[in-house]
Amino acid sequence: MKLDKISQNLLEKIAKIHEIPNGAVSFRRNGKGEIVRSTPSIEIVRKEDGSGINIFVHSSCKNESCHIPVVVSEEDFFDLVYNDFYIEDGASVTIVAGCGVHSNGSGGHDGIHTFHIGKNAVVNYIENHIAIGNGSHKVLNPTTNITIGENSVMNMETNQLGGVDYSNRITKATLKENATINITEKILTNKFNVAKTDFKVHLIGKNSKCNIVSRSVARDESEQVFKSTIIGKNECFGHVECDGIVLDRAQISSVPRVDAKSNLASLSHEAAIGKIASEQIIKLMTLGLSEKEAENKIIECFLK
Amino acid sequence: MIELNNITYIVEDKGNKKVILDNISIKFEDNCVTAITGQNGSGKSTLTKIIIGIIRPTSGQILYNGTDITNYSIDERVKLGINYAFQQPITFKGLTIKELIDIATKQENSIPKACEYLSRVGICAKDYINRDFDKTLSGGEQKRVELALALAQNGNTVIFDEPEAGIDIWSFDRLNKIFEKNKSYIVVSHQTKFLSSADKIVVMQNGKIVQYDDAKTVLKNLKHTTCKKVEE
Ligand SMILES: Nc1ncnc2c1ncn2[C@@H]1O[C@H](COP(=O)(O)OP(=O)(O)O)[C@@H](O)[C@H]1O
Ligand SMILES: [Mg+2]
Repeated sequence: MKLDKISQNLLEKIAKIHEIPNGAVSFRRNGKGEIVRSTPSIEIVRKEDGSGINIFVHSSCKNESCHIPVVVSEEDFFDLVYNDFYIEDGASVTIVAGCGVHSNGSGGHDGIHTFHIGKNAVVNYIENHIAIGNGSHKVLNPTTNITIGENSVMNMETNQLGGVDYSNRITKATLKENATINITEKILTNKFNVAKTDFKVHLIGKNSKCNIVSRSVARDESEQVFKSTIIGKNECFGHVECDGIVLDRAQISSVPRVDAKSNLASLSHEAAIGKIASEQIIKLMTLGLSEKEAENKIIECFLK
Repeated sequence: MIELNNITYIVEDKGNKKVILDNISIKFEDNCVTAITGQNGSGKSTLTKIIIGIIRPTSGQILYNGTDITNYSIDERVKLGINYAFQQPITFKGLTIKELIDIATKQENSIPKACEYLSRVGICAKDYINRDFDKTLSGGEQKRVELALALAQNGNTVIFDEPEAGIDIWSFDRLNKIFEKNKSYIVVSHQTKFLSSADKIVVMQNGKIVQYDDAKTVLKNLKHTTCKKVEE
């Protein structure tokens, strides 16, 4: 399939690919599933009502990857999609999702992803969000609902590095015995962007573990709200760490919450928000960078 | 040559003026190791920070090879060839040791090349090179990387603020040995072992220089309370 320039550019940014890759793929553009391709281990099936796809990752899947990018390039188009992932016992898979919006007016995408992860599985889930164009109402609202079965691990990485005028990311996870979730979130906002994030993790099973790391940079007049709640109902471990750099007239608020509903739950949170530590800038200046170069380097590496 | 003329540094401390450096004038000789010693709080770190430009003096003048650099920024002084290693290393989130070496050397180094800089200060480089330069490194490890970075910059005047603090004597001996003949080193130190190997010694007390002479001469008269004996 031949891709237009805008789609190519967006795909490059969200999935570091220039063309539709090999292997399991679902490519959705302006609300239409344009390509759906399965492999013996990863079966992708369109939902009959066109609202999204069901992805079945079979036990036979070992270290395969699956790309499911979404592109919105039509002006004033708002896409709503429901994707459901069924990860069978013992599977290990990397899923690269993400959405790119190009609009000179408004445009957006609400992706509701639901993961049903069986036992002894490993899921790497990468979600990159980007918006370009002159529009001032480019909206992305990803919702992720996750159930993780016994002994399974989910590594979730979300990146939203600029251009998105408004986003509201909601992630809910429930973990069974020995299940683990590691979440890394990176956000850069500028101009008048507003980015909201809300994580809620229920540690139900014995020895379940959750580690959330959020790093964000807010520039110009942008605003970020980071909320996280970890609920421990068993012998479990949970930690959330939120580091934010605030520049210009931007604002970040961080609301980490931990609820121990068992005296065996070990939960903690850390939040550090502020301007770039001046001694870090000074250190890089002693290595030869100018003040501006030092600031840019610190931000670039912080979000890398 | 670095020359300080009538450097005074005064801070406001709980409503009172506090003189940290009191009218200091000194010429640091070229191609020579100058040790600065003196009690805690005597102003050694402040003096070195004034040379690199982290602290601006309240009054006075700093010359580098005859050029007045009093108003130069830190990076402008680095470009002239002055390098600096902090007493307390500054850590980062997300910056690796390799990246810092690349910044210090102004080039993208191969892994073996970057490792070379670290092995100079006695750390097993491969284990470190891609680690973040953050608080998960021990104090001694941070300190060694800090020294390696200042050396990697390859300037002609290198300032170390208490390089031995937190690292074992073995690696400190090595540092001492890699000092190059045609460069100048200004080293804040309390160790008699280091002081006796220096060419010149500056002794500070209450923000003033009270002695500045050849190491041998100073050591003869040095009060032992100001420096620590090294346990061999
Ligand atoms: N900004 C400041 N405000 C108040 N006191 C300061 C400030 N900076 C340094 N000092 C004081 O100046 C003195 C010299 O400090 P420093 O140069 O770090 O000493 P040294 O390195 O010799 O131990 C100390 O007493 C220190 O507490
Ligand atoms: Mg000091």
